[in-house]
Amino acid sequence: MNGLSRIQAIFGKELLQLKRDKMTFGMVIMIPLIQLLLFGFAINTNVRHIPVGLVDHSQTGLSRILVQTISATQVVEFSEHYINVEDAEAAIARAEIRAVLVIPQDVSQRLARHQTAGFGSPPASDEETSRPVAQWIVDGSDTMIAGAIKSLRNMPLAELLNKPVNRSTPTFEVALLYNPEQRTAVNVVPGLIGIILTMTMIMFTSAAIVRERERGNLEMLITTPVRSIELMLGKIIPYIFIGAIQVSIILGLGHLVFNVPMNGSLGQLAGATLLFIIASLVLGLVISTIAKNQLQATQMTIFVLLPSILLSGFMFPYDGMPDIAQYIAEILPATHFMRLVRGVILRDVAIIDMRHDLIWLTLFSVVGLAVASFRFKKNLD
Amino acid sequence: MSEYAIKASSLSRNFGEIKAIQELDLEVEKGRIYGFLGPNGCGKTTAIRLLTGLLKPSSGEIEVLGFTLPKDAEKLRLRIGYMTQKFSLYDDLTVKENLQFIAKIYGLSGQTKKRRVDELIDLYGLEEKYSQLAGSMSGGQRQRLGLAAATLHKPELLFLDEPTSAVDPENRRDFWEKLFDLCDQGATILVSTHYMDEAERCHKLAILETGIKRADGSPEILMREMGASVVEVAASDLRQLKQDLLHLPQVITAAQLGARLRVLVKDSVADPLGFLRQQKNIQPDDILTQVRPSLEDVFVTCTGEGRL
Repeated sequence: MNGLSRIQAIFGKELLQLKRDKMTFGMVIMIPLIQLLLFGFAINTNVRHIPVGLVDHSQTGLSRILVQTISATQVVEFSEHYINVEDAEAAIARAEIRAVLVIPQDVSQRLARHQTAGFGSPPASDEETSRPVAQWIVDGSDTMIAGAIKSLRNMPLAELLNKPVNRSTPTFEVALLYNPEQRTAVNVVPGLIGIILTMTMIMFTSAAIVRERERGNLEMLITTPVRSIELMLGKIIPYIFIGAIQVSIILGLGHLVFNVPMNGSLGQLAGATLLFIIASLVLGLVISTIAKNQLQATQMTIFVLLPSILLSGFMFPYDGMPDIAQYIAEILPATHFMRLVRGVILRDVAIIDMRHDLIWLTLFSVVGLAVASFRFKKNLD
Repeated sequence: MSEYAIKASSLSRNFGEIKAIQELDLEVEKGRIYGFLGPNGCGKTTAIRLLTGLLKPSSGEIEVLGFTLPKDAEKLRLRIGYMTQKFSLYDDLTVKENLQFIAKIYGLSGQTKKRRVDELIDLYGLEEKYSQLAGSMSGGQRQRLGLAAATLHKPELLFLDEPTSAVDPENRRDFWEKLFDLCDQGATILVSTHYMDEAERCHKLAILETGIKRADGSPEILMREMGASVVEVAASDLRQLKQDLLHLPQVITAAQLGARLRVLVKDSVADPLGFLRQQKNIQPDDILTQVRPSLEDVFVTCTGEGRL
């Protein structure tokens, strides 16, 4: 088979070039390594230690105990004290603090009459008892931070007064499957496989044809009997191996450092990952046949990368997005892979049960490869 | 089979408004070296790309080795070799790796591949550079590697686009020896150049200017039939003499060569020596000699403003 030997020739040549290109070779290892450590530690949806200020008008022992109790939740950290609310608001504007707790002068009375404090139960209609203990002024522009502080609204105050906590029966019981400790890393690390693969796979191949064109090699290649499909296949096969290396790094490190479980079978994971790698490589090839130079190729890669990060369900839940965003997300291979990889790693699902995503990735690859081969004409017109 | 390796008639190619090639007629005999001579931007590269099937013509017919282009471009690939103007092998591969890559692309494998690569490395004197990266080699070495790669599959027809533009004279001479060897083995070679001495080595050549063929034929015939006589004048004030002579309608051009002035006089002047003697700036003791025309004279008479 001449075709096969030509694919092999391109493949071998790509490997040799990759071997000589120390920078790129280094990036193959460093991108997943650094990104995993950065994102794994940094992305945290459990908000902790928000810097806040305090305006204490009462200056009593009780107000100090109240502040300590709030600090004990670790949600906020009191870093500044202010004399009046105006100063505190100015500090919020300067972003020195994200919120301020204003404790009124009559905090003791308010607290004593507060329901959760548990001094009996005075009539509910009493205006005195319906008053909150203190006030939070929050920089509401960041919804995550605002949400975290809002969660303090119904903080029980019983232990403040050395009373036994008055346990009430919740309306719902919530059973948390797959990630009962609610560690963000468990969700982020598998998703990171999708993001890193999207980034490196598309980047490598989007430069593939463009680079040959820029360096003048293409003019020589197209006078040889090599066919476009052979050129395309020969160019993407080396990167399938590179993708596999990257996935191993992310999963291995994710398991060691972040204790991410591997609930599903490795075979299932390999299947889903292979499909996604191929889809991403093919997307890169399509870009490569459109871009005129490497800069354009990089720009187009970023154009694909950003929605892959933001819409794929990596950062924000897919189900919470508006319809139009969901349609766009459905086009991206990253969205489908995100579902598959989390399914396999966290929920031990068989990928065949998620065949909708498998079919889409396959279809995407086949159509993409056809488009790339078709667009790549063997002439200079 | 026809005796022509390349036949093209009224071949034109436009890039938007620019007419890169206009109404080019071409016949290249088999087993010969055919040259394209012309200044930069005259359409040499475009012509070669049209003849190799890399570009589609805007109009006109092309037949190369019996294949009609651009229809049969793909079938032609195995039988032609093309050495691009810019080095187009991989800078980050070694000599050996580059040649092995090309060999595999052309379907050679195992012992055949090894033998052919070794043969070429030996033939083009690349033994010492065997494992050197192509990007770190000199112009002459790269060009030998380029030729080795272009001839690896023993093509019947070889296109060379300004192969010697980055090469010193000695390497150029060796290179042409290799071309004559290939020609001797039966290959047809089409080479583009802007060096007169190279053009003179071709069996036949075409002079191109702004996409138009100004003249073609063997260098001898072109020089014999160029329609002007060449007179060398040895005089004292050559700069001034040149200015004065250029005003005469019978004088095509005058160019200073060291202590002599080379004057091209139209053939309509029967006795060029006598004609120049009569000019007022020529002193009686100035020496006038009629000399054999060179290819450069031909080039000057059929291109630019001096065109007859």
